[in-house]
Amino acid sequence: MPSDARPSVLTRAFAEIGLCSEFIVTFFLRFWRRPFEGRELLRQMDDVGSKSFLLTGVTGFAIGIVLAMQSRGTLMRFGAEAVLPSMLALSVVKEIGPVITSLVLAGRLGAGMGAEIGSMRVTEQIEALEVAALKPYHYLVVTRVLACFFMFPILTLWTDAIALVGGYLESILASGMDYRIYFSTAFESLRFSDVLIDTGKTSIFGLIVGLVSCYLGYSVRGGTREVGRAAMKAVVMSSLLILIADVIIVRISLVLFGSL
Amino acid sequence: MESIELRRIHKSFGALHVLRGASVRVEAGTSGVVMGGSGSGKSVLIKHIVGLLKPDEGEVFIGDTRVDTLDGDDLDRVRLSIGYLFQSGALFDSMDVAENMAFFMERHTDLTPAEQRDRTEELLSWVDLADKLHAQPAELSGGQRKRIALARALVLEPSIMLYDEPTTGLDPISVRSVSELIVRLREERGLTSVAITHDLLCAEIIADSVHFLSEGCIVASGTLDDVKRSDHPAVVPFFESTDTTGS
Repeated sequence: MPSDARPSVLTRAFAEIGLCSEFIVTFFLRFWRRPFEGRELLRQMDDVGSKSFLLTGVTGFAIGIVLAMQSRGTLMRFGAEAVLPSMLALSVVKEIGPVITSLVLAGRLGAGMGAEIGSMRVTEQIEALEVAALKPYHYLVVTRVLACFFMFPILTLWTDAIALVGGYLESILASGMDYRIYFSTAFESLRFSDVLIDTGKTSIFGLIVGLVSCYLGYSVRGGTREVGRAAMKAVVMSSLLILIADVIIVRISLVLFGSL
Repeated sequence: MESIELRRIHKSFGALHVLRGASVRVEAGTSGVVMGGSGSGKSVLIKHIVGLLKPDEGEVFIGDTRVDTLDGDDLDRVRLSIGYLFQSGALFDSMDVAENMAFFMERHTDLTPAEQRDRTEELLSWVDLADKLHAQPAELSGGQRKRIALARALVLEPSIMLYDEPTTGLDPISVRSVSELIVRLREERGLTSVAITHDLLCAEIIADSVHFLSEGCIVASGTLDDVKRSDHPAVVPFFESTDTTGS
């Protein structure tokens, strides 16, 4: 019977896209309206931010050291070892720092948000909020998405800084480079707009991670297996969308601001 | 105190027609129990009372207020007069018991922190769990979670209580303890309540009226004895099996 037939994959995919779009539009319609869950927002910023400092710091340190080690040999072949600090600064600040930081955060936060909100859904905690005349969307979704929006750039700056320190340590060990030369060469190559645009784009990555993870958690139906699937999908989808968004943002910024 | 009435409720989820004209009326200050087998639509029915679900057809009234057409602030005002005990308890597991209790008071009352603490302690004493003030939900047994959830449902002093399978998964002693708390609530505070359950012991203790739901319709109503005497083909095996298992 037609009424019993399962919808096709295409139908389900369109339905999913429709629901996800509605969820995202709802965010932009509601995040600036009452009720403002300020205390919960601060708690989420703490959860997203301070609890990720170690992870992103270690990531940045590893990026800096490895990038310096890998690049040094190549640059020496062309007699260009002196540009190592500039190369490190540009590649870390413009691309590697923002993207790697966002991917690492997508792994930590995407899984956490998807699983936490998903388990709240299956244990009726979200319904308990609704029944108590509260706004679960504001309390759970708006706070988490805004926390990602604000904290991703801060964590990216932190990662960038630690990566440059990592690169400097490698330079001391490999060539005994003076720290004044290293850091002045590194910062001279950077423009304020590099830092602003390429760090600022991680706010968009934060929105992606927050919205995708919250959507997948919020729309969980069923039991704990679905919670696990939501967590996994949150990481995969967030990571993929970050990479796609990066391509688009870089392209747009090149068109608007040029390649210099 | 207000009566609760669901009139000819129809509700479908896709091709699944869960409720097919179910009607229930619970008088003010009494306890109505909706019974029925698993998957008969009991939870779906009770969620209509508090606006968690909207009927495809039919009407829901609390007193003279039609609830199913309300939205936004109007629905929130009605919700604030209703306490809801969820099947799982639905305690917020990122908070301890005291924070769970304070959460709703902070947002809906002008009580000072000291007054909130007093009300929390009073309610926890009422459910005989005053020593669990700072326990995490994960540290509580099933019965304790239900009693804490019941205390939390009362912090805003509702005039109506809804219970979704209040005794499912509990041992007989906990079933009796939770059921007696529900009776005390009605007797001491005069609350109107609707409980859904397939637990006969719970129904025997709390029910003023019983409504038996089968295939989306109420097929028998009255006192528990009236319903037990029904010769409806869905009702007879239900009570035969519960009598046999002694539950």
